[in-house]
Amino acid sequence: MFQIHVSTSINGDDTEFSCEADESLLDVLRDRLGLTGSKEGCGTGDCGACSVIVDGRLICSCLMLGAEAQGREIETIEGMADGSQLHPLQQKFLDHAALQCGICTPGFLIAAKSLLERNDNPTEEEVRYWLAGNLCRCTGYDKIVRAVLDTARDMRKPPESRKSAPKKRVRA
Amino acid sequence: MNFQPGKDTLKRKFDTVGTRTPRPDGLDKITGRAQFGADITAPGMLWGMILRSPHAHARIKSIDTSKAEAVNGVHAVVTSGDFGPCPDNVLDIRENVMAREKALYDGHAVAAVAATSRAAAKQALKLIKVDYEVLPHVTDVDEAMKPSAPILNSKLFTKGLDKTPRKPSNIAERFEFGHGDVEAGMKQADLVIERTFKTEATHQGYIEPHACLANMGSDGRADLWCCTQGHFMVRQVCSALLGMDASALRVTASEIGGGFGGKTTVFIEPVALALSLKSSRPVKVVMSRSEVLRATGPTSSTSIDVRIGMKKDGTITAGDATLRYQGGAFPGSAVPYGAMAAFACYDLKAVRAVGYDVIANRPKQAAYRAPGAPMAAYAVESVVDELCRKLNLDPLDVRLKNASSDGSRASYGPNFDVIGLRATLEAAKAHPHYKARLMPNQGRGVACGFWFNFGGETSVSLNVSADGTIGLSVGTPDIGGSRASIGNMAAEELGVPHDKVRCIIADTASLGYNDVTDGSRVTFATGLAAINAARDAIGKMSVRAAGIWGIPVEAVTWENGAARPSSPNAGKHEPLTLADIAAQAGATGGPISGHCEINAEGAGVSFATHLVDTEVDPDTGYVKILRYTVFQDAGKAVHPSYVEGQFQGGAVQGIGWALNEEYIYGEDGKLQNPGFLDYRIPVASDLPMIDAVIIEVANPGHPYGVRGVGETSIVPPLAAISNAVSGAAGVRMTQLPMSPPKVLKALGRI
Repeated sequence: MFQIHVSTSINGDDTEFSCEADESLLDVLRDRLGLTGSKEGCGTGDCGACSVIVDGRLICSCLMLGAEAQGREIETIEGMADGSQLHPLQQKFLDHAALQCGICTPGFLIAAKSLLERNDNPTEEEVRYWLAGNLCRCTGYDKIVRAVLDTARDMRKPPESRKSAPKKRVRA
Repeated sequence: MNFQPGKDTLKRKFDTVGTRTPRPDGLDKITGRAQFGADITAPGMLWGMILRSPHAHARIKSIDTSKAEAVNGVHAVVTSGDFGPCPDNVLDIRENVMAREKALYDGHAVAAVAATSRAAAKQALKLIKVDYEVLPHVTDVDEAMKPSAPILNSKLFTKGLDKTPRKPSNIAERFEFGHGDVEAGMKQADLVIERTFKTEATHQGYIEPHACLANMGSDGRADLWCCTQGHFMVRQVCSALLGMDASALRVTASEIGGGFGGKTTVFIEPVALALSLKSSRPVKVVMSRSEVLRATGPTSSTSIDVRIGMKKDGTITAGDATLRYQGGAFPGSAVPYGAMAAFACYDLKAVRAVGYDVIANRPKQAAYRAPGAPMAAYAVESVVDELCRKLNLDPLDVRLKNASSDGSRASYGPNFDVIGLRATLEAAKAHPHYKARLMPNQGRGVACGFWFNFGGETSVSLNVSADGTIGLSVGTPDIGGSRASIGNMAAEELGVPHDKVRCIIADTASLGYNDVTDGSRVTFATGLAAINAARDAIGKMSVRAAGIWGIPVEAVTWENGAARPSSPNAGKHEPLTLADIAAQAGATGGPISGHCEINAEGAGVSFATHLVDTEVDPDTGYVKILRYTVFQDAGKAVHPSYVEGQFQGGAVQGIGWALNEEYIYGEDGKLQNPGFLDYRIPVASDLPMIDAVIIEVANPGHPYGVRGVGETSIVPPLAAISNAVSGAAGVRMTQLPMSPPKVLKALGRI
């Protein structure tokens, strides 16, 4: 089948690939580029597990064609940490136990990053509505929402006073 | 060295257990490195795809695959003919993974292809010609039980009846549990209420669709990578279906993106193996979301009658229930569990629960978190609530008055050991939530829930490395943080920091058999096995220390991660830490490992009480969850964050079941909502925070008092929310889900 040649940028790396005209960006990321951190939960834009940021905009990569990536800048979960330096959201997800099975986690992290880039002081309701396009079946969202709110709180502080959530040593 | 229930003293002071350590798989999961079912590929891999029946019930007259086989890039096509004879205990699974004479539900697999690209596989599926003779179908449980209903299986005769039936039926089996004289009990009551309830089928809704990669050589040996709750089960079932030696099939469990019971069986795995065998190539099969909803296990839909008698003082004099569960196209619904769990929260003199296991033209039901129990609790706890309201009694007081407690005879037979139901009720009563004010159109609901909890077959290997760190191999897939809880228990027992232990899920060739991750069994049973394996290793390390010191092993004790002389008489020796002993292992007898193989018993049953406030919009019928608090007995919360997570997640799945989620079948027997847009699970904006209160009533069957916590949290919400909505709306709700049209209808608005 006829393939389209695409030049794009993924997590800051110039990237080229060929794909079929009807191939989704998600399939390209996962099957052609080996970037399997973005997940397919539905393939219809309902679950958000495939969330990526394209030119600063949060999208479901299952709803975008690979060919549309031409000339764009794409951010995926694989580029969220700076080397071994985790993004504050990633650290807070660990601190707050905001994941169980972890399949939805990359999508939530990307979606939450996109929120905090627009709004550094979201209310709980704003967090809940922004993340309403991401499905999690394990956590009931409680710890995810707390992790995002705590990250926002921390990121608003001057850099030197930021720290990870206190390690609780809880005994019954 | 193994823990002996009743003889060993329970440990109640801990260094690691009970703390919120970082989870070992956390980094992989927040960076995208973690490899789930669909994330792995193999050189030369083909894509497998499955053709599914568009009919709810149809005879398969013939299947012509010739055109599909001719498509460029297609290397194999399989149908039921590719699966030979198999043992009786997997016949239904064989039938379910590939229809033989009849397609029994919309979505039933009828053929599969493997091709070099997904596009070629899709094209080939379209060219498979199946000649169907469409048959009458039935999807509703009450309809399926009628003598006039279309019969799915002419060889199915109802079991469990007094008289042997002469005609086939869709009723597979009748069950009965209970004790005492129910009718006499009803006569003692001041008020008897009888109600009929209906619940719709819901899906586990794991976000990761089923996925696997099979690689089978012409020598009959195979490797299988898949997301499953039990890779040993996958090995057992797949090897039986394909006529292989079990040891010829090595199964590796990938990270699993949710299961909730739905990944305790096989669907695509045997098909992928058959395609791989036929093509001599690795084959990957990944389900689409619509395949997951159409063809993998939802719950039963149910129809339940409950009759309960109560005195004016709140004493329950008798309970009686009849539960009808359709479990899809094959026998084996969770109705026995439902019937056993229905009245488990109550200490009753007279109780009876009758269950009917019914088949219908729907996908074969699979376990879903406390399988069968939420619907039964919904019906019973709704009637208890109505009795409380009519007799003007406090619902928590009435439950405290009748609650099962230590030694109570359970409605399903045995006597309870030490249980925590009362403690959860007392905690709820004392909680500020119970006293908070309600506004107009708001209601508060209370309900209790029970789950049995399982133990089961478990094998664990604990390897001491030369540097004093520990490799812990377990065979139960980690579905919600069990590597953290099991690793922490091993660290606790050994007396080393938690980060010195790395817990992994080993493949089927590397460990003895393990039952699946189900029944909330893993932190209990695999944890128990890990503790025993640690004790085994400690025994061996004590022998090494005794040898180094030249004293008898009886004179060595293990404390805080080191061997020590047990008394001054044993001589003056500096303690030898685990790392000291590990470093000398080569010179003192070779590698040191601890093992445990058990069939764990003493799981310790689990109870919870839930409180929920709802607001009903009388104009739209929309129900908002305002506040939710879970009180559940964990025995001992090994990792409190993940215990809370289980409480919260189960409650929210229950909220979905109560308010939104349902399988909707059309007149044609086709599933009308096979996607997340129309099968709507709760999203973040639907919910408040879910407060989780951990109660700890030690389970005498575990060295640390641990009980499983995974499932009970989904049992009370259906009833708790229905009770809250009934209170807010002023009318008793008897059907789930309480979607806006149903609420408006109950309010008389439509």
